[in-house]
Amino acid sequence: MSFNAPHVDYAGLSPVIALTAGLCIVLLVGLLPRLGRFRMAGLTIAVLAATAGLAIWQWGSNEDLVAGALRLDAFGLAVTLIACLAAAIAVLFSIREPAAEEAGHGAFYTLLLGSVLGMTLIAQAQNLIAFFVALELLSIPLYVLSASARREERSLESGLKYLIIGSIGSATLLYGFALLYGASGSTDFSGIARALGPGGNGNDTLVLIGTAMVATGLAFKTSLAPFHQWTPDVYQGAPTPITAFMAVATKAAAFIALARLFEVALGPIAHDWKPALAALAVASIAIGNVGALSQDSMKRLMGYSGIAQAGYMLAGVVVATETGLKALVFYLAAYTLMNLAVFAVVLARERETDRGDDIEALAGIGGSRPLLAWPLTIGMLALAGLPGTSGFMGKLFLIEATVDGDYTWLGVVIVAGTMVSLAYYLRVVAAVWMRPEPTATPAMPAIAGASPDAPGDARSEQVAGTTNPVAGAGGSATSTKGTGRCPLIAGSALLCGAATVVFGVAPSPLIDWASHAASSLATTLG
Amino acid sequence: MIQILLWAPLAAGLAACAVPRAASGWVALVGPLISLALAIAVVVQFHPSGGLQHTVDESWIPTLGVRYQLGVDGISLFLVLLTAVLWFAATLWSAINLPERPRTWFLMFGLAETAVLGAFLAQDLILFVLFFDLMLIPFYFLFGSWGAEHPGRPEEGEGPIRPQPAVIKMIVYTLVGSLLMLVGAIATGVLAADGGPVDFSIQHLAANPLGSGSQYWIFWFFAAAFLVKMPAFPLHGWMPDAYRVAPLPALAIFSGVLSKVGAYGFLRIVLPIFPAATTHFQEVILLIAVTSILYGSVMAFSQSSARLIAGYSSVAQLGFITLGIFSLRADGADGAVLQMVNHGLVVAPLLLIVVVLAARAGGDDITRMGGLAMRAPVLAAMFLIVTMALLAIPGSSNFVGEFYILNGIFQAKIVYAFVAAIGIALAAYYALRLYQQAMHNRKPEGIESREVGLLRGMVIAGLVACIVALALWPGLILDRADHSVGTQLPSAQQTSTQVAER
Repeated sequence: MSFNAPHVDYAGLSPVIALTAGLCIVLLVGLLPRLGRFRMAGLTIAVLAATAGLAIWQWGSNEDLVAGALRLDAFGLAVTLIACLAAAIAVLFSIREPAAEEAGHGAFYTLLLGSVLGMTLIAQAQNLIAFFVALELLSIPLYVLSASARREERSLESGLKYLIIGSIGSATLLYGFALLYGASGSTDFSGIARALGPGGNGNDTLVLIGTAMVATGLAFKTSLAPFHQWTPDVYQGAPTPITAFMAVATKAAAFIALARLFEVALGPIAHDWKPALAALAVASIAIGNVGALSQDSMKRLMGYSGIAQAGYMLAGVVVATETGLKALVFYLAAYTLMNLAVFAVVLARERETDRGDDIEALAGIGGSRPLLAWPLTIGMLALAGLPGTSGFMGKLFLIEATVDGDYTWLGVVIVAGTMVSLAYYLRVVAAVWMRPEPTATPAMPAIAGASPDAPGDARSEQVAGTTNPVAGAGGSATSTKGTGRCPLIAGSALLCGAATVVFGVAPSPLIDWASHAASSLATTLG
Repeated sequence: MIQILLWAPLAAGLAACAVPRAASGWVALVGPLISLALAIAVVVQFHPSGGLQHTVDESWIPTLGVRYQLGVDGISLFLVLLTAVLWFAATLWSAINLPERPRTWFLMFGLAETAVLGAFLAQDLILFVLFFDLMLIPFYFLFGSWGAEHPGRPEEGEGPIRPQPAVIKMIVYTLVGSLLMLVGAIATGVLAADGGPVDFSIQHLAANPLGSGSQYWIFWFFAAAFLVKMPAFPLHGWMPDAYRVAPLPALAIFSGVLSKVGAYGFLRIVLPIFPAATTHFQEVILLIAVTSILYGSVMAFSQSSARLIAGYSSVAQLGFITLGIFSLRADGADGAVLQMVNHGLVVAPLLLIVVVLAARAGGDDITRMGGLAMRAPVLAAMFLIVTMALLAIPGSSNFVGEFYILNGIFQAKIVYAFVAAIGIALAAYYALRLYQQAMHNRKPEGIESREVGLLRGMVIAGLVACIVALALWPGLILDRADHSVGTQLPSAQQTSTQVAER
């Protein structure tokens, strides 16, 4: 009698292994005294880069891992790449973040990496148990990170709120899983699909209730209306780097996981859940867009905008076609870039002014800080889906998917939502370009000579510090340092903004990437 | 060549961002200049019966079936030239007296020209929609950032109009139309492909028309976009505010060219791709057109703001153009193409003259002007020519255009021809009223009559020269447009006869 040791596919698991190892290293190195914050950030980014590199190496493989609990395919790896990008940029954002300082950079980054690990796993999970564990791994670090600005009541409130609502979502999801298991007798996606398939018990009440609860649980995570109430509060209260990370990476992971769960495990009963998800999409588009109209806080505005955008993206899942999934992956990638561009600018202005994330903090930066104003403008126009940006291409792709999947009316709803959204996206753009910068201090006489042409004067003198009336009076060349400007943040804003335009003009590389990722899932659909 | 024609303005606009402010205008001027030269070259090389020329066809987004297809035919030929001429004039105008933040201004100017030219040149439906929407972005910035507050109509209890709400109103109106058009365009492509590979090429779609049921609803998605853009009567709500706050050189090109994109869209896209719907809804559109003519004319002679007179007269003129297109006859559509160019050439110098007058009178209220002709004979003469062209006096090219349009509509639907003829009479009234009140009568206190500056005068004179040249030789456009217009119409004509036979 021979004993076979279980086969472990180390190559396939390498991104996960790299993340886990890196997480431990960052945690331990973080304990060392007097290690500069730049080194910690560098180490974290190195871990993320290694993970992304390994994910790219494994790109194109298509196999089961860990006894079928995980599925290694490009569809899941797409999330790994998006999450690594978002986390790396969040690390750049956090270098000077007070919250990271308080929590200790090591612990802060460890939690971030833990969340990325959860995202990587949930996107690959094809087993209910693995799915749930990954979901918790993804969420728990985020609860902590949201509350990491311990001296701010709002941050603590945000963390607590997120914890409670997230737990309700998880509990609902878990209950749904239990019902699905009860109905199908399997925790494997393929097993469930077989049990629900032709001749199976697809119309069982148990299955339908289970599906509804799973959809509800995931709707909490993806902030789909009417399960969205936490989003604006948590977004506003959490430290901005974490908000930025949550807004894009959580959304990507949750959407990919949702698509895999619904289109693989629950694929046979698609005709049952398609109308329900379509209703969720419509509700999100309506509530998100209307809610964003009256917001003055940029983070709340982005929270509501995220709800609406989640509604658009859900349309890609609703149609349950390969085109829909392609559109979803493309939109997620494009959304990541444009959202990060916006958050970078919001964060930069939060540091530069004392007006926090209020829209006032962005007023008039078109004249004084063009390098921040342009990425923000591009990001806003892209979110609104105007041409010349990847947002237009994403909408084009999504609408083509809805028309193709006989859901033309949903395409019209997306467009109607976009029209409403213009009102608040353009309000931000108007604040940036068409309003004077509010003066922070009454020190105007000191720069009376410089002020008349300060708004008219864009590029060349922006380094010279005409923006800051206080510093403008003194040595103008040295003023850039003291005003809390972060070249790294401005740099990532520029990078994301430029990528948004590039993929809006030449979208083919990103579309090919998304198509490849989406078609790798369709093979499991069979 | 057509590629350079299209992208030169944007490239020059970007280049203008990299040079000192004082020089930015002259650097930015290079783009429109190149475009103008190339547009003239394209006109010279054009074969009147050659169909689509100077074509570019490259794969762009293969997954979605979107191609980068450009081309010129008799319909777009002179609209491209018009765009190039007006943009050159407007860029020169702003280079002469620089606005605030000139580099961003010229970047937006360049982007706008590229977008408009792109809409005229695009031969792929999605590409057309893309350029059509792209036009809005620069005008949003131009109107919003450089617009000035307008006192409004205090006598009617209307408060001052601020640029930002006005421009957001404009954007929302226009995008409501054009986003629906995006859905319509995608639906057209996907439904026409019927499961096969999607192809958004306009020629391909025209060759494979949809079933009439789909055509009926998609038709309105496109019609909404184009009618808002024109603007036509019930959808013109954004126009009065936007026209009053807009900075004038930008408004001149906006009014001169962008409204034509809507009319062009009907001719280029709606007629060939949705022939059944076009015939089916012909009467509805004709009704909208006639209402626009009457409403625009009546409003134009009851306004005191010179900008609004120009704006409402545009509503009326665009009504005529729509009338010509939807007569669904070659002579009507020929007249419409000619009239698009005419109106662009008339309204742009008209608005530029309004700038000059407003500088003298301290506002664009014509009731407070008067006697401005006294010491400005050249300005008065140029204004007179523009006015005469606006009211389509016999001998002007506008007369020829309106004659063709009325001729077409007379033979298609005689009732509308009679109603539209009233519009011509009204045009004479509001055009002459504008001229008289501004230039003649007694000169009120505090208004100075002086001649227009040399450089600005030359810009206006150049445009006036174009009007005169076209008046002498309208065949230049008609000969070249006729063949292309003919190829757009037969399908519509064919179905209309089929419907009649049934």
